[in-house]
Formats: sequence, C-alpha cells, structure tokens
Amino acid sequence: MIRLEGVTKEYAPGHAAVDHLTLEAATGEITVLVGPSGCGKTTSLRMINRMIEPTSGHIFIDGQDTAQVPAAKLRRDIGYVIQHAGLFPHRTVLHNVMTVPRLNGWGRARAESRAREVLELVGLPGDFARRYPAQLSGGQQQRVGVARALASDPSVMLMDEPFSAVDPIAREGLQDDILRLQQELGTTIVLVTHDIDEAIKLGHRVAVLRQGGILAQFSSPADLLAHPADDFVADFVGRDRGYRALSFQQADVPVHPEEPVRIGEQLQRRGDQWLLAVDAEGRPQGWVLPAEVAEAAVALEHLHRGGTVSAVDGSLRSLLDAALSSPSGRGVVTRDGVLAGTVRAEEVLSVIQSAPRPDGTSIQGGAGDSDGAAAGVGPQQNEHR
Amino acid sequence: MTALGTDLGEVAGFAAQHAYLAGVPLLLGLLISLPLGWVALRRRWLTPPVIVGTGLLYTIPSLALFVLLPGILGTQILDPINVVVAMTLYTIALLTRTVADGLGSVPDHVRQAATAMGYGPLRRFWAVELPMAVPVISAGLRVAAVSNVSMVSVAALIGVSQLGLLFTDGFSRSAMGPIVVGVLACVLLALLFDLLILTLTRLLTPWLRAART
Repeated sequence: MIRLEGVTKEYAPGHAAVDHLTLEAATGEITVLVGPSGCGKTTSLRMINRMIEPTSGHIFIDGQDTAQVPAAKLRRDIGYVIQHAGLFPHRTVLHNVMTVPRLNGWGRARAESRAREVLELVGLPGDFARRYPAQLSGGQQQRVGVARALASDPSVMLMDEPFSAVDPIAREGLQDDILRLQQELGTTIVLVTHDIDEAIKLGHRVAVLRQGGILAQFSSPADLLAHPADDFVADFVGRDRGYRALSFQQADVPVHPEEPVRIGEQLQRRGDQWLLAVDAEGRPQGWVLPAEVAEAAVALEHLHRGGTVSAVDGSLRSLLDAALSSPSGRGVVTRDGVLAGTVRAEEVLSVIQSAPRPDGTSIQGGAGDSDGAAAGVGPQQNEHR
Repeated sequence: MTALGTDLGEVAGFAAQHAYLAGVPLLLGLLISLPLGWVALRRRWLTPPVIVGTGLLYTIPSLALFVLLPGILGTQILDPINVVVAMTLYTIALLTRTVADGLGSVPDHVRQAATAMGYGPLRRFWAVELPMAVPVISAGLRVAAVSNVSMVSVAALIGVSQLGLLFTDGFSRSAMGPIVVGVLACVLLALLFDLLILTLTRLLTPWLRAART
C-alpha cells in the first residue's frame, strides 16, 4: 500500500503545486490520478519515488517512510514508466530492459534471461531484443518501457501518462495489456493521465485532482460517474458520463441469429438488405450491399466496415455501440471472435431501462420488476470497482 | 631518401613528434573538458564563467603562451611539456562548450527515465549521458584535432622539434621545398587524426546507424 499523508509541494512559497494531499493506493490495485494540466498529478506521482522531494508531508510504501530510504535504492525497487517511454536510444531493447536488474547487481546472464522473459510478457518476443529503440514504433517503444519497469519484478509501479503519446489503436492494446499484466502480477500501480476515459477504463480507484493539487474526489470509476462530488468533477467527467457508465454494466441482451455470407462466395440472395460478411473462420469482417456486389464474388472492396463489434458478454456500452454504429442497424456480437449473432438498439435500450445501475438504483425504480432479459443482470466487476 | 630538398627520414621523425604534441593534449583536454562541461551544464550559475572562461583561453596567442609557460611551470624553454600544456589549454577551450552541448542534447525524458530507474548522478553520466553525447563531442574533437595540428607548428619558433621546423628552415633558406613538404605532412597528419576519431565514433555509436535503416 502506498500512503500519501498531507503531502505538499511548493515550488515558490505560497504557491502549492500539490496541497496537503492525503490518499491511499491499495495494494494490488490500479489507482489513477487524473485532472487537467497544472493539477499536480505528475508532481504527486514523482514524489512517490522522490524524483521530486515534498516540501512537507510523508509518503509511506508498505509502512516504510520513503524519506528514510536512499533515493536511488528506492527507485530501483519501484517500476517507472514515463511518457514517450524514455528508452535509452544507445542501447538495444534487451539492454534497456536489463537496466534495473543490472543496477541491482544481477549477473549478466540472469539479467538477460529475465529481460527476455518480460519482453515475452509484453508481447515483444524474439528478435525485438536486438533492435534499437529508434527501430520500433511508438507503441512498441512503450511496451519496452513497460517491460523495463517490470524487469526487476517490482511490487509497485508508477506510470506517468504512459500511453498519451501513442496512436489510439496502439493505446487501446496497451491499456488492455496493462490490465491483464496487473491482474497476473498483482502489481500495485499508480497511473497519471489527463484522459478521463483512460482513468475509468484502468482504475480500480480514481483520484480527481483540481488546479493547485487539491483532491476533488477519490472513488471507484462507477461512483465517479454516478455521483460526481461537485461541479468541477461533474464537468471534468464530462457530458457522456451516462453513456460511459454503461461500461460498468453487463446484462443479457437478446441475440438474433444472423445468416452471414463468406468472403469469396457468390451471393445467393438479392435485395437491398445489408448482409454480414465473415471470413473462413467465421469472424465478422464488414457489411455488404448485394446491389454493390452484383454478379461478382464478395470481396474485401465490397465491405463497409463502419460497425463496431462487441463480445456477446460485453458491457452494455459496447453492445449499444455495436448496434448504433452498424450500417444495417444490427449490432454484431461475437463469442471468442466468431460471429454469435446480432443485437438491436431498442432491445439493448430496454435492457438498460430495466437493469439495476451500479449504485443500486434502476431507471424503472427497482430491480425486481423486470423479467426475462434482465435475469442475472448485475454491475460488472462489482467486487472491486 | 629525400624529396624537394628534405630528408624524408627526418620528416617522419618530425611528424611523429608533431603527432605526439598534438595528440596527447587532445586526450588530456578531453579528459579535463568532461567534468568542466558537466559542471557548466548542471550548475546554472557556473555556466557563463566556465564557458566564457575556457573560451577566452583560445584568444591567448600561442607564441605568447609558449614563451610564458616555462616561467609559470618552471620548465626549460625547449621542454616539449610546455607545448603539451599549451595545446591542452586550447583543446579545453574548444571542447568544454562542446561537451556541455553534447550532454545537453540528451533528451529530458531519457535523463528522467535514467534517474527513475535508480541511476545515481555519476553512473548516469557514464552509462547514459556520455554515450549519448558522443556524436556531438566527436564533432568538437575533430575541430580541436585539426586546430592542434596546425597550432603545434608555431612551436618551431621556440625550437621544439616537429613539422614546424620545416617552415622555419624553408624560410631561413628561402627554399620552397621544405615548406611544401611540411604543409603536406600537416594535412596528412590532420586527416589521419580525423579518420581515427571518425572510426572510434563509429564503433561507439552503432545505434545511430541502426536508426537510419
């Protein structure tokens, strides 16, 4: 557990960047510090590993006052992931990842085998090890950054805007990987971001900071969306919070069978109805209009790829989004990546209407008055969120 | 063997002396510039005095320095040590700013990452900052090498044995031969230094070539 106790940082007398911040980051959880620029979130993070020394207050890691530990020693025991990855450009990926084990006095062979292990863990196996950082994409560089932070198997990891400099697609993959790794390793993570979506996606608990380093709210993501503490938090959480809150709800939605066409196949059906195209393994690829295909076989250039795809047991947000984004109005759902059927927006909405909300209330005024579709409905991951 | 009225064996001896008088100060100057450049970069208030101070060294006329140094060091006027010390000072003058620039070229996030990994300031310098500053420092070193080779020849005026003696000899005898040979030997020597520095730089920076592929 990381505990900040009345921590203040003043760069000039009377001008606090962080003002009497007290909060606890629970062991084995992801705690996110989020807020607009100038809210002191990065300063707060850097005081944990003493990159910045607090003006007053104390920080404890598992009961140990960090001020009592030599700074360099403290930092070697804490994983750190920085924006832009901050890889050493003059060292290969392998040697970058070996950095902290070597600093901790490990032999070369042991550090190297550990480095290969963590590179595998972050999805960069084999020949990536010999490359230099400049030969990697931004997303890959940040994966190396994560591997480097994990190399000495730290119990605590600090992440400073780790994904803000990578493109949106790579970012999503990295976020999913961090969630998976955190669950596997049980690392205590404190992560800083300015992106409320990222905070809600990654955080078990989210601390919203306001200008001047004052804690505005510290709660679970679902609670943050349902009960913003004040106007500032409500404003920061944003307009779409009702929609975002659906990310934490899961429910059974009626799934309709869908008769797909295979890519490369001659169309048997005509008409102006959208048809769903799948590949040889049954994975949805996109929608086709028979009129556009005419006599040809269904090919990639006929595909309309507008629709998002949701897992059949996905959140209500992803199910609704699949239905709303689909050109046919039929939202594609998959099981293990393979087409399971389609859902309809109005049916997802009626499930939302009757489903209990994360805070226990329901739009219809009670969880018991609906049947069928809502059976077994419950807030997702409610054990810790 | 002779060419253009000079004894090539003698020229080779001069060239070896010349290489020694220009090369040793290059190494000494580099070693002294590293901490100076680091301090100039790290301690803001020391930046102007260190950079301007070392830069001013270069404005001292070399001949004056060759004459003055024996008095300061207590050495004989013909002692090659005087030349070594003077050339070291000129190397420091050229390299201190370059070292500071080179270390300053290390991106901030890389330096911060190094600190966050748990490097102390000294280890960080050797393991991260210095290797990354090699390309910039190497560029400064090449300038200093050429400058040293050319400036050492002035020491001929106080009689220290090196290629410069060919110029004084040619001058006193009104003979073009030794002067031409001396110039050619100086150019050759400077090219040799340049090649050596380039090769070393290449060996130290495999990462720069990887980045371009």
